[in-house]
Amino acid sequence: MKELSLNILDLAQNGITAGAHQIDIEINENENGYFIFRIKDDGCGMSEEMVKKVRDPFVTTRTTRKVGMGISLVDMMTAQCGGYLKIKSQVGKGTLLEAAFDKDNIDRPPLGDIATTMKVMLLGAPKLDYTFTYKVGEQGFGFDTRQMRQELGDLADFTNPDILAWVESYIHQGMKDLNAQG
Amino acid sequence: MKHMKTVADLKALREKLQSGMQVRNHEGTTIIVGMGTCGIAAGAREVMSAILDELSARKMQNVHVEQTGCIGMCEKEVLVDVLRPGEDRITYGKVTPADAKRIVDEHVINGQIIKDKVVARIVRK
Repeated sequence: MKELSLNILDLAQNGITAGAHQIDIEINENENGYFIFRIKDDGCGMSEEMVKKVRDPFVTTRTTRKVGMGISLVDMMTAQCGGYLKIKSQVGKGTLLEAAFDKDNIDRPPLGDIATTMKVMLLGAPKLDYTFTYKVGEQGFGFDTRQMRQELGDLADFTNPDILAWVESYIHQGMKDLNAQG
Repeated sequence: MKHMKTVADLKALREKLQSGMQVRNHEGTTIIVGMGTCGIAAGAREVMSAILDELSARKMQNVHVEQTGCIGMCEKEVLVDVLRPGEDRITYGKVTPADAKRIVDEHVINGQIIKDKVVARIVRK
């Protein structure tokens, strides 16, 4: 995975598989010297025992193969970049994944195309709600699909290419205004 | 945080949608893109994006785009399934964004299967 935005897309799928109704994505380019992303879901969550072993690539809830690489990859990458991966979960409540990378580490993959990631994420599970927050330090912007549903009413269909294109360009503009480096 | 700006933007989006609104139904073709870790690593995001862009450019209103997880044919990712009503379900493998555009134009719109990209076929019962 050459871009962190691909890992974010990948890991968000776990929450969707866990039956989440809402996924929260937060990215901060500079939180106390770390590049951080957080993925939160309100799905079925994991037991304490599962949280302890979930970083192992041979531990997975998948049935098609015996290997699950998503979390393992991010665990390795954060370790390589002087960062950390925190996983908090509670059965019946959901999961929070917090991945931190030393901001200036040469091995940190770029964030990459987060706008397309969000577009594809929305299309993949259009009935869910999402919040997206992008920050550089204290400054930031974001969107909330619940707010969009309120404003758009019957027109709120997240499979509509026009709405997805709007989200994509909204993210591009927001990042440009922040002078985001990714 | 720029949430105030979001509300103004949303009002503008709503107006744009209302003026251009056509009924969108999902009774037509279904396109399914593999979006497991293997699919994402192989470029599924760009393929899905290319499909959306082409459907938008061709103003296709009744095509339903979905994603699926890993189906175990990881070496053939990116996998794209096309199911036209009443026809065989075709699975394309090693799909690039350029292939995705062809799949929409030739198969989804014109019913022409792209034979050299097919990796599986489920015959319609």
